[in-house]
Amino acid sequence: MSLKRNVSLATGLRYNGQGPMLTYVLHRIGGLGMAIFVTIHILASFLGGESGVFINTIYENWLFQIFIFFCALFHAINGLRITILDLFPKLLEHSREAIWIEWAVFIPIYGIAVLVIISTAFGG
Amino acid sequence: MTTTKSRSLPLTKRGLNFEMMMWLFTRLSALAMYGLILVAIVGALIMGARTQMNMADVLRWSFMTSSTHVQSTDITDLAPWASPFWRVTGSLLLLLAVAHGVHGCVVIADDYIVSHRGRNIVRLLSIVFMLSMMGIGLYILWTS
Repeated sequence: MSLKRNVSLATGLRYNGQGPMLTYVLHRIGGLGMAIFVTIHILASFLGGESGVFINTIYENWLFQIFIFFCALFHAINGLRITILDLFPKLLEHSREAIWIEWAVFIPIYGIAVLVIISTAFGG
Repeated sequence: MTTTKSRSLPLTKRGLNFEMMMWLFTRLSALAMYGLILVAIVGALIMGARTQMNMADVLRWSFMTSSTHVQSTDITDLAPWASPFWRVTGSLLLLLAVAHGVHGCVVIADDYIVSHRGRNIVRLLSIVFMLSMMGIGLYILWTS
């Protein structure tokens, strides 16, 4: 059993999937980002000592916090949209509108969080 | 714009296999994790987070209810934060999150690794990885 898709990478990158495609890509990036973060975090707290302290300094960096909070918040809100639409399939008729609602929820929360992270990092 | 009606088969016509169970588990575990995080936030507010923790501390605690996540805050008495209730809550969140995450990684890997043999290797490795992460996580939660 071996699948062949016969689609080159260049064709894949040119595929114009619009809003739903964007959420799908960001959901994967967010999920992978969190999976890698949680794995390293569990291993670091298990090992402790110097390596644990070193990894902690990475978490405390404001750039890393902005990235991982994007992963967690987008994955959570997009996952909630997917869950609601999948458990109530009648709502799938409004899937485009659901994505607009999702961004309307995500952008203010994430914007405030980024402001707080930056002001904490540079305001002391 | 043309409107398309959604098509969905009733459960009896779809059949119930392992992939379908995991599809359902992904959704239900997500809902359960929202619930556990909400319980952790409410619990933190009851235990005195309103005056002794900032928002970032509350979030760090709510994503994993381990008392080590409270050590660097103004909370002085860690005992209520290390109670068996919070250890069980944290353990549930850990088990759900690891299973949810490992299954997600297998789904992503299946898009790029398409040979039968390769997929079997991915499944074997992911089961070993999942069990070891659950073991290490539970060890940290119950000994810290």
